[in-house]
Amino acid sequence: MGAATLTIAVPHDEPPRKRGFMTRLFRDKPLGAMGGLVLVFMVLCALFADVLAPYGQNQVSMLERLQAPSWQHWFGTDNLGRDVLSRCLYGARLSVIIGCSAAAIATLISVTVGIVSGYLGGRADMITQRFVDAWMSFPDLVILIVVVSVLGPGMPQTIGTLGLLLGIAGSRIIRSAVVSVRENMYVHAAQSLGASSLHILWKHILPNVLPPIIVLFTTRVGTVILAESGLAFLGLGVPPPAPTWGGMLSGSGRTFMFQGPWLALAPGLCLTMLVYSTNVFGDALRDLLDPRMRGSR
Amino acid sequence: MTTPLLQVRGLTTRFRTERGTVKAVDNVSFDVAPGETLAIVGESGSGKSVTALSLLRLIPNPPGVIESGEILFEGKDLTKISDAEMRAIRGNRIAMIFQEPMSSLNPVLTVGMQIAEPINVHRGTPWSKAMEAAKALLEKVRIPDAAKRLDTFPHQYSGGMRQRAMIAMALACKPRLIIADEPTTALDVTVQAQILDLLKELTRETQASLILITHDLGVVARYADQVAVMYGGRIVEQAAARDLYKNPRHPYTRGLLSSVPRLDGDTSKRLVPIEGQPPDLSRLPAGCSFAPRCKQASSECLKQQPALRERAPNHLSACILDAIQ
Repeated sequence: MGAATLTIAVPHDEPPRKRGFMTRLFRDKPLGAMGGLVLVFMVLCALFADVLAPYGQNQVSMLERLQAPSWQHWFGTDNLGRDVLSRCLYGARLSVIIGCSAAAIATLISVTVGIVSGYLGGRADMITQRFVDAWMSFPDLVILIVVVSVLGPGMPQTIGTLGLLLGIAGSRIIRSAVVSVRENMYVHAAQSLGASSLHILWKHILPNVLPPIIVLFTTRVGTVILAESGLAFLGLGVPPPAPTWGGMLSGSGRTFMFQGPWLALAPGLCLTMLVYSTNVFGDALRDLLDPRMRGSR
Repeated sequence: MTTPLLQVRGLTTRFRTERGTVKAVDNVSFDVAPGETLAIVGESGSGKSVTALSLLRLIPNPPGVIESGEILFEGKDLTKISDAEMRAIRGNRIAMIFQEPMSSLNPVLTVGMQIAEPINVHRGTPWSKAMEAAKALLEKVRIPDAAKRLDTFPHQYSGGMRQRAMIAMALACKPRLIIADEPTTALDVTVQAQILDLLKELTRETQASLILITHDLGVVARYADQVAVMYGGRIVEQAAARDLYKNPRHPYTRGLLSSVPRLDGDTSKRLVPIEGQPPDLSRLPAGCSFAPRCKQASSECLKQQPALRERAPNHLSACILDAIQ
C-alpha cells in the first residue's frame, strides 16, 4: 500500500473582516445599491434642474403641441407645447422636496409619539393612543381640505399637513415595536445598571426599532408624493403652473391620455422609479444596519 | 460581628392585579455581611425574584409597589432615597445578573460597548478608556481573545459566553453587592458550574457580597454561606448552609431536600416529591401557607401564621411544630 496522503481542511476561524459600509452595500445588496444610486441621481436632477432642463418649465410653444417623444423633446410635449422632460426635471424638485421632507416630518412625529407613548406606558400611553384614535377616525382628505382652505394652497402647507397626518397615523407602528422591545431583558438589565430613561430610549430602544422606522420612512415617501398628486388634482396642492409629477399625471396626463400617452407615462415612470428606489434602498439599509443579519451569509 | 452590608427589614411588596392585591413578598428580613454569599431558595412564584428586584427598586410600578420595610445599604435606606440617588447605586454599588443571558444583552450594540456602558455612565470615564477597562473585564471573566471579542455582537456569543459578558458588566464598577437571579438556569450543566465558580471567585477577589437566587439546592450547597428558604412570599427557614443541610427544621425544607437525589445516599430509593401545587398568592390560607401540602400539618397550623423564630442558635424557622418538637 502506498502512503496515502490525507489532507485535512482545517477550518480557521477568521475574524469577521471589517468591511466598509459602502462595500457591503454594493456586494451584499446590489439591488439596494442601485436604488440608492437612482435616488441620488434623482436628487441631483432635482438640484440641477436649471442646468439640465433643455427648455424652461413653463416655456409654451403652441406650434409644438402634443408632440410624440423625439430627439428634440425626449419625453414629448404637452397640450401647451411645453417640454415634458424639462417639466419632469423641475417637477422632481418639488416632488422630491415634498416627498422627502413630509416623509421626514411624518417619521419624526411617529418616532417621538410612538417611543414616548410606548415606553412610558400606563396612563400616558392610554391618553396618547386615544388621541391618535380620534385623529385617525377623521378621513385624511377632510383634514387636508380644511387646512388648505384655511391657509391656502402652497408647498409648506402641503408638507406640514401631510407630515402631521401620516406622522400621527404611523406612531401606532412605532409604538407597537417599542412595546415589544421594552419588555426585553436588556432594557431591565440597563435599568439595573443605573441607566436613565433617556439613555435607555436613545441607546437601547431606538436602535432596536430602527428597522420599522426605516421601512416607515421609505413607504411614506411614495405615499406623500401620491397624496400630493391627489391634492393637486383637487386643486389643493401646489398651484399650477408649477410642475409637480402628481399634477402632471392628473392634469394634462389624464385629459390627453389617448392623444399623448407620454404625458402620463413620463411623470408616472419618474414617480414609480423614485418610490421603488426608496423602497429597495430602505430595505437594504435596514438589513445592513441590523447586526443580527451580519455574517449570516 | 461585623456590621452587615445590607439589612432588609420587613420588606413587603404588593402587586395589584385584577384578582385583588397579591403580596409577592411578605415581611421578609435578612442580613448580608460583607463578602458573604446568601442564597435565596424557593420554587417558582415563591417571591425570590421579586425580593431581588425590590432591593434595586426595579419593580414595575404600577402594578407593583414596595409597601413597607427598610432596605439599609451602606447606611442609606434604599426605599427612601430619590430616583437619581437610586440610579447612582444601581450598577455602581449594587449590580444585578439576570437569568436569561440570551436576551439580557442588547442585540444591536457590541458586547464591548455594553460592558463599557456602566463605567461610562457612573464614572464618566471617556469611551476609549472605558473600552480598555471592558477588555480587561472580558479577560477577567476568561473570554479568550478578548480584544477581538470586544467588537462582536451578542449573537456571535454562546450562552455561557453571554453570561460571562453579563458578569463582566455587573463587575464593571466594582460593586459591593451582586445580585444574581438564577444566573445559570438557561445554561448547560457543565457551563453552570464554570459560571458559578467564576462568580464565586470574582466576588471573593473583590470582597463583594453575593445574593444568589436559585431553585437548585445543589448550587446552594456548594456556593452559599447563608441560606434563606422562601415559600409563598415569606422566608420559612434561614440558617447557615451547612446547618440547613444537616439539620433542616421546616417541613418544606425537609421536603425539598428529600426530593433531590443524593449521590452518597441510597440511590435505589424513590424520591419523595412534595405533593400539591405552590400556593396562589392572591388566596393564601389564613394559617401557615405550606399547611395544605404539609404531611405533618394539624388543625393548629391552619389557625394562625407561624412567626419566623430562632429555634436553634442562628437557625430561624417558621413552623409551630418546630416549637413543640
